[in-house]
Amino acid sequence: MARKSHVSTIVNGEPIEFLCDPPQTLLEVLREELQLTGTKEGCGTGDCGACTITLDGRLACACLVLAVEAEGRSIGTVEGIASGEHLHPLQKKFLEEAALQCGVCTPGLLVAAKALLDRNPQPTEQEVRYALAGNLCRCTGYDKVVRAVLDAAVEIGGESP
Amino acid sequence: MSEPRKFHSVGTRPIRHDGLDKVTGRARFGADLSLPGMLYGKVLRSSHAHAHIRRIDPRPALQLEGVRAVITSADRPEIPSEHGTGGEGGPVDFRDLSRNVLARDKVLYHGHPVAAVAATNPRIAEEALGRIEVDYEILRPVLDVEAAMAPDAPLLHDDLYTRGVDPRPETPSNVAARIVIERGDTEKGFAEADVVIEREYRTETVHQGYIEPHAAVASTAEDGQSVLWCCTQGPFLVRSFCSKVLQLPISQIKVIPSEIGGGFGGKTTVYVEPLAILLSRRAGRPVKLVMDREEVFRATGPTSATSIRVRMGARKDGTIAAVKVRLVYAAGAFPGSPVVPGAMTMLAPYQLENVRIEGYDVVVNKPKTNAYRAPGSSMAAFAAESALDEIAQELALDPLELRLRNAVRTGSQAVYGPTFKAIGFVETLEAARNHPHYRAPLAPNQGRGVACGFWFNAGMQSTAAVNLTEDGSAVVVSGCPDIGGSRVSLALMAAEELGIPVERVRPVVADTETIGYNDVTGGSRVTFATGMAVIEATRDVVRQLCKRAALIWEVPVEQVEWREGEAHCRNGEAKDPLSLREIVRQAVRTGGPISGQASLTARGAGPGFGTHICDTEIDPDTGRVQVVRYTAVQDVGKAVHPSYVEGQLQGGVAQGIGWALNEEFVYDENGVLLNAGFLDYRIPVASDLPMIDTVLVEVPNPSHPHGVRGVGEVPIVPPLAAVANALFRATGVRFYRVPMSPPRVLEGLQSRK
Repeated sequence: MARKSHVSTIVNGEPIEFLCDPPQTLLEVLREELQLTGTKEGCGTGDCGACTITLDGRLACACLVLAVEAEGRSIGTVEGIASGEHLHPLQKKFLEEAALQCGVCTPGLLVAAKALLDRNPQPTEQEVRYALAGNLCRCTGYDKVVRAVLDAAVEIGGESP
Repeated sequence: MSEPRKFHSVGTRPIRHDGLDKVTGRARFGADLSLPGMLYGKVLRSSHAHAHIRRIDPRPALQLEGVRAVITSADRPEIPSEHGTGGEGGPVDFRDLSRNVLARDKVLYHGHPVAAVAATNPRIAEEALGRIEVDYEILRPVLDVEAAMAPDAPLLHDDLYTRGVDPRPETPSNVAARIVIERGDTEKGFAEADVVIEREYRTETVHQGYIEPHAAVASTAEDGQSVLWCCTQGPFLVRSFCSKVLQLPISQIKVIPSEIGGGFGGKTTVYVEPLAILLSRRAGRPVKLVMDREEVFRATGPTSATSIRVRMGARKDGTIAAVKVRLVYAAGAFPGSPVVPGAMTMLAPYQLENVRIEGYDVVVNKPKTNAYRAPGSSMAAFAAESALDEIAQELALDPLELRLRNAVRTGSQAVYGPTFKAIGFVETLEAARNHPHYRAPLAPNQGRGVACGFWFNAGMQSTAAVNLTEDGSAVVVSGCPDIGGSRVSLALMAAEELGIPVERVRPVVADTETIGYNDVTGGSRVTFATGMAVIEATRDVVRQLCKRAALIWEVPVEQVEWREGEAHCRNGEAKDPLSLREIVRQAVRTGGPISGQASLTARGAGPGFGTHICDTEIDPDTGRVQVVRYTAVQDVGKAVHPSYVEGQLQGGVAQGIGWALNEEFVYDENGVLLNAGFLDYRIPVASDLPMIDTVLVEVPNPSHPHGVRGVGEVPIVPPLAAVANALFRATGVRFYRVPMSPPRVLEGLQSRK
């Protein structure tokens, strides 16, 4: 068997090193090797968004990234959205407004929504809908998800001067 | 009727207790568990839709380094035909179930499991699959449900004789069963009708489309007990089904339900679960077996493709004079389509004197269908509610008015037999008629449709326990996986009875050895039936609290009353109320820990009715249809947590819109599914949908202490027809086939010219 590759990355701000087989996806390594199971696998083909992460700040489907490609890069997952005991406003609004039912798409939706608000702090409803169009949710019909993101944007806007 | 009860917890919108774990990534779903020494399993699936298996040789796979077990049907007991009860109360034959889990002699659909392996990593397991040698004798498949009924159709099962036909047929066929629901005299009714229409409708195979694929982790101890962690709507059902399929005693299987990433009925049976157990028993190591998305589409779930004929007659005043229906439902590879609930629900919203509904359950070379949200009803309602819309137009009646003239009310007899107790169908029709949406102006290329829907709602068996803690909070234990907010709903009902804030109630979902038996999370039954068990268990706790207070006060228990979380003494002596906390603090002296438990078969599930208003806009150049406004009105009994009730309505509508406009399994002539992925089996995304408005009508269910009736299934029933009716009013073209995808719509528009 081929030798394992050694990869050095930063995951949610912390330096992490791991060994992986060359064909392993970043998703498999996050979940099976690093036990970061908040990132979900819904399709393995980049169609559902359940494994949405950030790679050097840009959104990516972890199922479409090889683990070895993470060398030297910075990865953000759902586990890194809250800071310490403080939930991100998106997490708070998702809870307050019942924007999740089964909750399996929620990590991907949160990562994608945060990326949207980071670059566009005051999105319109349509902008939210397009920004989340890569994240499938089968339970909610998106109504409460879209409202939660819009309300989180208002809350974040209210906090900053 | 008595004054409506005033609630302090029920009807509020607290944050769900399991929410934090779900927004931080901590919640553990089916594929999220790993155990020391764990192996990875994979399933070899049939590359043909219909074939005899001449020979399977697993030995080359076993020779691969890292492979620890390979199983085929030869490793399992053959079990006789035995009928039991399936997930949502429908029938199941365990022999069929066993053969669906792992094919024996014959494969009946492309993707049918034929073998499974466990290896030290997923890539070795995958490689091992390719080394298993299977020799097939390929047979001609039959996919279309009408074609499968033809006398010369290829036979799936040479021992399948149509049930419900007298005398019993002499030759086997693909028609598993025929059912008839009949009342009055339809010929007489049609003779009295002023307008009669006869139409044919088709719907395609669609999938539940839960985002989490099926997943199981099994480990087996030296004493032979297998512990199974899996995502399921019914851990007790998984235990009993695995016990049947593997011929193991129930006591040798323990099921721990993970969080569940959607099910919609699709996780009320077993697929990978028995295979994971068998592999772990063979290998002596824990085994994780997770489906990929393609496997989910090829080999789990879907619901039936259907062919429906409706003849409907009405008098000038809008009274429906007679209805005659023929329903043909594709069951997939084994009998058991939801044609029975389809037939029962199809005309349930209406008072009809003359009805005849004939239903056929037909096997085809597609995966065995499984429950999908209000099983069988959406397709039947597509036909019935489309036909009603045409009748309304023929008679120049408002479509809601037509329905109001025929609507069932409290005391009406349902088409399928029983008499309705308190129901709120008329209230939903009136609320829809009075809603601003119904009168809002429409833009060019837009049209507005309405449609209604019905679902029985289920009761079935539940157990719940309520344990008070030393600090005066409560733990509510149930055995029903929480698929969309049931924990918080159960906690609200317990908080209501105890009179304490819901934040002091912690709801948990237990495994099959920690709580008594529970039927599945399905049939919209958990908040109703398990809620009933929680209320009974909590009332038991309250009785004990009163008894303890009486002991502390040294008064007869009859003088103690429980109000707002405190015991109050009624004997005139000035005694300060005793709080729950205070009573628990003294529990060691008054009889020990306080807990209550209730097990029941819940009777009196209140049926649910909904009325939907849908506005569509069509792009005449491309045939693309966009839903631009949608309002769902439903009688929800009592909304325990209104946000999650609204969420059920919105989610059901979204699935219904996907079914109406886009979703369908596309097969080639060899029976190979061509769109086994989310890219090509396109479920609605955020930019496809508008906000979905909801109106919660509350007609309390008299059989439930808090008035609860199930809410989850009704909302997927009306959308197919609501969209079709809106589209007709936008274009003047009537669509009799779903999905109304752009090519079909464009073709329809061109035929108009």
